[in-house]
Amino acid sequence: MTPGFIHPSLLLIGGALLLPFIQGPLRKPYLFLVPLLALCAVALNTTLSGTFGLFQFMDWQLVFGRIDKLSTVFALIMALMAVIGTLYGLKVNRAGEHMAAWFYAAGSLGTIYCGDYLSLFFFWEMMAFASVFLIWFRRGPQSLQVGYRYLLIHTIGGIILLAGIMLRYQAEGNITFSLLDVTHPQPYTWLIMIGFALNAAVVPLHSWLPEAYSEASFNGAVFLCAFTTKTAVYTLARACAGMEILIVLGVIMALYGVIYAVMENDIRKLLAWSIVSQVGYMVAAIGIGTEMAINGAVAHAVAHILYKSLLFMGTGSVLYMTGKSKFTELGGLYAKMPATFFFTMIGCLSISAAPFFAAWASKSMIIGAGFEHHISWASWLLMFGATGTFMYNGLKLPYFLFFGKNNCSEETWEAAGDPPWNMMIAMTLGATLCIVVGTAPGFLYELLPYHVEYNPHTMYHFMETLQLLGFAALAFFLFKKAVEPVDRICLDIDWVYRKAGCGFLWLVKKPLQAIDTGWGEAYRVVGLSSLMSMSRFWSWFDWNAIDGVVDGIARLVRGIGSKVRLLQSGQIQISLYYAFSLAAVLLITFITFQLL
Amino acid sequence: MIAIIKYLQARLKTVVVVCYALLAVTAASSLLVDTHHAHSWVEQHVPCFWSLFGFAAAATIIGVARWFGRSGIQAPTDFYTRSQSSEEEA
Repeated sequence: MTPGFIHPSLLLIGGALLLPFIQGPLRKPYLFLVPLLALCAVALNTTLSGTFGLFQFMDWQLVFGRIDKLSTVFALIMALMAVIGTLYGLKVNRAGEHMAAWFYAAGSLGTIYCGDYLSLFFFWEMMAFASVFLIWFRRGPQSLQVGYRYLLIHTIGGIILLAGIMLRYQAEGNITFSLLDVTHPQPYTWLIMIGFALNAAVVPLHSWLPEAYSEASFNGAVFLCAFTTKTAVYTLARACAGMEILIVLGVIMALYGVIYAVMENDIRKLLAWSIVSQVGYMVAAIGIGTEMAINGAVAHAVAHILYKSLLFMGTGSVLYMTGKSKFTELGGLYAKMPATFFFTMIGCLSISAAPFFAAWASKSMIIGAGFEHHISWASWLLMFGATGTFMYNGLKLPYFLFFGKNNCSEETWEAAGDPPWNMMIAMTLGATLCIVVGTAPGFLYELLPYHVEYNPHTMYHFMETLQLLGFAALAFFLFKKAVEPVDRICLDIDWVYRKAGCGFLWLVKKPLQAIDTGWGEAYRVVGLSSLMSMSRFWSWFDWNAIDGVVDGIARLVRGIGSKVRLLQSGQIQISLYYAFSLAAVLLITFITFQLL
Repeated sequence: MIAIIKYLQARLKTVVVVCYALLAVTAASSLLVDTHHAHSWVEQHVPCFWSLFGFAAAATIIGVARWFGRSGIQAPTDFYTRSQSSEEEA
């Protein structure tokens, strides 16, 4: 590697490989130290600019360290998340779970720093294969199936991306990971975009997300909510900025996620739907593609990672302490989990873009970029979605989880309580950052790819937000019966592929199996018996014809041999007698023949 | 914090009245704010526009979600396992 550049993924991968050997009292300090070192490496890398970690592999030059403002801001927040996530799960004893999380974070950082499609694909797949273990480690009744579905979808996405990369290489002769020509998209442009979009959970390629994230282990979900979708947002911002279809898709995501989150009964699935919705804002901003929009997308990605991880930590604490994650099995928990309630509320206010909380500094930047770029329809719909965000995340989640009707069983109520110290520290850290970003966003704006001329702290923005949130809250409390959670699941687009999968299984088990059985029977009746007759004939032919000839010759030779054997008595005088007699006969015959 | 919440819960009616009053103050205050830099015509000319927008948007989302859920999107929790087992039985 070029001196000066330290790849944080190497630290995380090395740390993960050594982790099983670190036992006892050293384990917890080690767990904290490795991601912290990775964060320090990223922080040191911020002083650099350009390309580092260049390797020649066959005909291609691999770039493991492209450092610019876009990669730096994403790398910083990802490395920070690795620290917060590990701290939150510090008491998890399974080394494998920490290893999976670190490999996952390493994949994300590798993708962010890489400058070519080959290493991107390698790190991209590392993320997919590492993250699935965070689902499997939940070890719930559905975890295995959900994990396999997650892996299957991401494998398909990986294949689509690889196809795009190969077609692009064939067309352009290089593997440089840079902005695609989105004004004249080629088939490979679409394929690469779809590959990235699948990881960003762009509708209709999204249904892996709510299913997987709600099924992950309590701390696995904290990692999952940060890395995959936001790394995909980074890749879309890098390669597909200004691709107009993304505006439409982003707006659809923002609204689709809201509707499903309002219907959802599982607290973590609600948050997962919220990711679909919030990533929609980023995708739409990338589609708008102006400097302000890209800044907004990046700022919102950073804010989103902070508040969403905080929310997943809050709900994860509920799951960790009570073992429950459904509204219909929870409720009224503020008295038992006051600190968790407090931190979750900060997350709720942050995602709702309440004044001086995280998304306050970022969401309006995206909406403003839409208005300024004269894509008003998108901005209006995103505002509409923002109202929904406040309703399901700012009101429904805290109200039905911490207040509302107490649906807890006796055991659940007894088990409820604020989580251990490490989880509290992680939540404190997340909550503090949410408030810092919202109140003093200047340091975040400094990190953004383009110069920022935006100030969220205006009276108009303040009053606009207060009105929006206040009157949305009024509607919520007036119609709260209509959003009361019910113990049902929400069917989504995964219904299509689940049903298609069941249809395929039915096809294999019923008609194809019947055809196979029929064919086997027909073969047994027709093919096998005729084959047996043929075999019998050839057996007879072999025995009587071929063997007859061979055996006949053998028998003839044996007969002659047995006759000739009589001449061989073993006595020398008799042998001499036969020899001389034969010689005499031959001599006499010869002479007689000569005389005649 | 628990004590404060319990105190407020015990005086729920007062809290509701205060909240309504705060909403009214918020809406009224918005009339005093300079809308010169607002992005659209409606923001500049419709009084308390964002109050109306917030309420209408929230009510619409609740309505749509309820209709959507009741139209068959919300299914029993054993929807997939049940259909799987019935297919296995068949």
